Parts: sequence; C-alpha cells; structure tokens
Amino acid sequence: MKLKKKIPLIDQHDKSGFWGGKFGGNYIPETLKKPIEDLTLLFEKLRYDKKFLEQRDYYFKNYIGSPTSLIKLQNLSRHLGGAQIYAKMVSEANGGAHKIYNATVHCLIAKRAGKKYVVGDTGAGYAGKMLSMAAKKFGLKCKIFMGAKDIKRQKPNVDAMKKNGAKVVPVYSGSQTLVDAVSECMRYWVSNCDNTHMCVGSTVGPYIFVKICGWSTAQISRELKLQIQSKFKKIPKKIKLINCVGGGSSAYGFWSEFMDYDKKQIELVGVEAGGPQNSKLHAAPLTNGAKLGILHGAAAYVCQNKEGQINDTASISAGLDYPGVSPIHCFLKDTKRARYTSATDEGALNAYKLVTNLEKINPSLEPCHAFSEAIKIAPKLSKDTIIIVNSCGDAKKDRDILKARLRKVN
Amino acid sequence: MSLINLAFKKTKYEKRPALLTYTVAGDNSKKKSLEILRSIANYADICEIGFPHNTPIADGGQIQSSAYRAIKNGIKIKDVFSIVKNFKKSKQAKPVILMGYYNMIYQYGDSNFINICKKVGVDGLIVVDLPYPENKNFAKKCKKKNINFIQLVSPTTSLIRMKKIIRDSHDMVYYISMLSTTGGKLKVSPKKILERYNKIKNLNKNKNVVIGFGITEKTIASLRKADGLVVGSALCKEISKSVEKRQNPVTNVTNIVKRLREKIA
Repeated sequence: MKLKKKIPLIDQHDKSGFWGGKFGGNYIPETLKKPIEDLTLLFEKLRYDKKFLEQRDYYFKNYIGSPTSLIKLQNLSRHLGGAQIYAKMVSEANGGAHKIYNATVHCLIAKRAGKKYVVGDTGAGYAGKMLSMAAKKFGLKCKIFMGAKDIKRQKPNVDAMKKNGAKVVPVYSGSQTLVDAVSECMRYWVSNCDNTHMCVGSTVGPYIFVKICGWSTAQISRELKLQIQSKFKKIPKKIKLINCVGGGSSAYGFWSEFMDYDKKQIELVGVEAGGPQNSKLHAAPLTNGAKLGILHGAAAYVCQNKEGQINDTASISAGLDYPGVSPIHCFLKDTKRARYTSATDEGALNAYKLVTNLEKINPSLEPCHAFSEAIKIAPKLSKDTIIIVNSCGDAKKDRDILKARLRKVN
Repeated sequence: MSLINLAFKKTKYEKRPALLTYTVAGDNSKKKSLEILRSIANYADICEIGFPHNTPIADGGQIQSSAYRAIKNGIKIKDVFSIVKNFKKSKQAKPVILMGYYNMIYQYGDSNFINICKKVGVDGLIVVDLPYPENKNFAKKCKKKNINFIQLVSPTTSLIRMKKIIRDSHDMVYYISMLSTTGGKLKVSPKKILERYNKIKNLNKNKNVVIGFGITEKTIASLRKADGLVVGSALCKEISKSVEKRQNPVTNVTNIVKRLREKIA
C-alpha cells in the first residue's frame, strides 16, 4: 500500500472506489446504485467545469469568507516554552465551522442536478446548521437527521437549523447519536432518492461522498499553504499539522495540500475522541486498532464487536462521537503518512481552559482535542518547530456542556 | 434441483404465487423465533430469516424494532445458525433464505460463513448492502456450495444493469417494489409494479422473480400474478404488538401468515 505523489488523495482510489485496495467502496442497497452513479458522473464533470469552479470560488470567498486567518498563539507558545503554536481559524468561516464548505458544494451540486430537497446528517449540529444555511441561500428545502441525545446537548445549533427553516428529525434508534443519524438519513434517501439530494456530513459514506467532501474542505489547506509561504517566506523545516478526527473532513481539508511532503518536514497528526477517562467507549478506531468493517456504505476501521455489530461510543464532543472514520484516514494510517492518537474528554476540557485563558479564541470541543495534543507535545519540541492547529469550530454550540462541566472541574 | 426452485415449481403447479415470510432470528427470543418459524412454515413456501444488525441502512421501523429486540436478547450468529439447523430438523424440505448486512458476514469471513450456511441447511442468501457487481465473487462462492445468492433489482435499476444482474443471478431474483425502506406504505400502484416485474420476467422466464417491500394483507392479492411475494414488516409488527399486549406471538403471526396464504390461494 503506497501513497502516490502529485495526485490528490481523493483520486487515489481504484475503479471500485477503494483506497489502498480495501478502504471505501460502495456497500449500498440496490436502490441507491443509480442515484450514486448519477451523482458520481455529475461530480466528476462539474469539478472540471470552469463555470462551476468560478461559482464555487465566488461563494467560498463572498459567502463563506475565505480565507480564514492563520494566527500565532503567542501566549500559549510562551507558556508551554517549546514549539511555536499557530491556529488556522477555520471557525471564522460563515456559520462557525468547516462544515460550510461541504454544505455549500453539495447545495451547488443539488441545484445542478435539479433536486429540490436536500437531506443531511449531523452530530455536533454544525453539518446540519451549515446545510440548512446553504439550503436557504440556494432555495432548497432541507431536512436534517440528528440523534436525540445530540439534539439535547447541542441546542444552539438545533435552534439555528430551525431558524433557517430546516426540519430537524430526531433519531431515537441505537445510541441516539451521529451513527444513528447517518443510518436514518441514508434510509430516508433510499425512500426519496428521486427528488432528494443527500449530503453526507463528513468524508465518510459511499466513496463519492468521501470525494465530494474532501474536494470541498481542501480549500482549507490551499489557503494555509499560501499563508505559510507568505509568513515564513518558504515552507519551514519542521511543521506539525494537528487536527481532530471524527469522520475526518476537516483533517483531510487541512492536510490535502501537504501530502507530498516528507513526514519529517510536515507531520500530520490526527486526534480522535478518547471519550471519558477510564471509559471503554472510545470513538477512536484508528488509535485503538479497530478492525476493518463496513459501516454506512464503506469499508473502514470501525469500532465493533466480534460479530460485526457496531459499538456504542461516547465523547464529550458530539462531532467526534462516531464509531467509524473516513477510508482516506485509514489509508493515511496504513501508509504511515499520518499519525493518529486520541485525547480524552478531560484532556479536551483542560485544553479549552488553558487556550481560552491565554488567547482570545474560543475553539469548540472538537478542535480542543487537537489543542490537547499540541499542549502535550509542544514543550518537548524545539523552538523552531511550528505547530499549526486547525481550530475548525467555534464553541458557541458547546455553551451548555462547558457551563456544566467547567463548573464541576473548578 | 434446488429446494428454492422446487418450491416455485410447486406453487406454479398450484397456480399461485409462492409466499415468502421474513422474520428476524431471535425475535422476540431465540426459542420463540424458532417456534414462529416452525408454525408459519405450514403456510409459507419459503422462509426468510434475518440475522439482525444494529446499523441497518435499508430497513424501516418495524424490522429495526425486531432486530434491536433480538440483539438485546443476545442473539449471535451462532444462534442464528442453530435456529436454522433446528428448523430444518423438522422442516427439511422448506427452503430457508438468510438475509442481512454484509459486515456480519465479512467479520465471519466469506468462505467460513458460506460453509456453515451449507452445513446447517441454508438454501439462499440475501445481502442487502452487497450490490452487483461488488457481489460477483461472493455470489460465485455461494454457487459453488449450491447456495442461491439472491440478487436484488429496484425501480431505479436501469435496463442495461438489469440485464447484467439477471444474467448473473441464480434461481431467484428479488424485485423491490418501490423506493422505500422495508415496511413502507405501498406508494406505487400494483399495476405499475407488475409492469416493472414483467420487464424483468421477459429478460429470462426461467428466473423466479419475487416482489417485496410494502406487502401486507391489504395489498397481497393485487400482486398475485408474481412468482412470489415477500411479507416481512407486517409480521415483525405483529410480534411487536404481541409483546406489547403480552400475547403469544406464535399464534398471532401464524394467523396472519395463514390469512396471507388464503388471499393468494
């Protein structure tokens, strides 16, 4: 298994949609074969269509607000006394997180496909909020599937979805979190694929959804590369790009332009959700060596039992609380291009406290997992090492959790 | 000749469609699900048995409830196999089709799974999320062991694709009546469904084509021209109702199957 150079990672799959010969594919009911084939043909055409690209760039700039800034976290760097720490403030994007890139592209595709409805899944509520925003912007009717547990813990985003005119459908099956929301959304699409476009909220699902999402979030690293070049004159010798990984959409977007660099120069670090301390309900399939399995239409490492039943997971961050992970990240793990680790709920909360005490930023609990790793490794690194954390979401949605948990901690 | 083919031969001789039932192994308990099977087999021509998965992407509420109940009761793949084995002890000639999601088979190992199926007397397999052509290898392995791999065709399947699927299919083909998860309300007219059904039939008259999804006591008679008709969610719903009312699901489900059979007699 090997990574190819000069070919975007999203295109390094075989004819059947497998990366590295085994991750990805199309494990879908017969009914979805045709809609997925149609979507595949349309996307492969649109991504080389000048007008479509102009449209994308126009909305990325004028609607999403690209580029988001790259800032130095002076106080945090000084406090930790090692590597220089920067943050790519993707949370500045319209709506407050990276999910807006994928949502916007999906709505543009839905328009081209002549579909009037879009449906999507959401965990933290950002994918849902952004899809509802974009749907409103582009005149599409929108339905969002969300686990009942997540609806409770991410209320600010639920309110936003409703305000945007989307219907939020609570999912009560299973663990009532993201995994069940994705299942329910796919079931809905099976029944309504003739007039409805489905947006998968991350780089997961049947392989075309992995590609569309990765193609959309790749904007993050295109900006970052230019920003690094202008800030440092040339690409520095030691960089670590740290990103949280749930499904893996922000991480792919953050890394995609840097795949071809040697990992000694640019290390890619993915941080999964380790869940509550001393709990076994991790949402960290890559860190904990989960077995290859099939979930939501694709083969990837999945937290599951011996029989192939998908495990319940637990994490303070709803956005990372998912038993599977993108086939692309499985490929990056096995080719050793990226390194994966996890942070616990407590680690993320402590990172939140430290970062918000020292800096004027407010990262959500998802990127706080990445900050936790940065805080852990920075003191041991040389002063000329550059750590960049993707601050991919804003903590407004975590208001209630932070209130409850930080009071307890203090 | 396979037991599946034999069953269709018999029903054709009797000038009626075959009645296929679907129940979930382990619902509402391991013991009860076997009793249900034994009892409904008196009226059903082919028994489909679901091996439950906890992230089913094509099942509606009724079958989901059955699946979750069975998993909660601790059903394992080995229990599913033992249910089939025990069922076959008394109903040797009744064809059994196992139906489920690919991850369970994948974790077991394709060949290993098929071998055990053969050993316990499984006649056919339906794997919901292993479509054509991804299922080619798996279907070949089944064929080698004389197990029917049952291909699915849906309203979205193009004619070119349909031709390929029928060419590679074994004795039986499953036509999904409409765009829906299992157990949806029949939203297409029986006439339209039968039109599509005939298209498939015309590609190869020797294949037994069954129709499933949305078939209940109300709708079954209108589709009786088909080779076979599958009823699943209506039975799962009855089990849920029986559990709720603390009634015996064996009697209640059997009564439905009996009535279904009368409606297509």
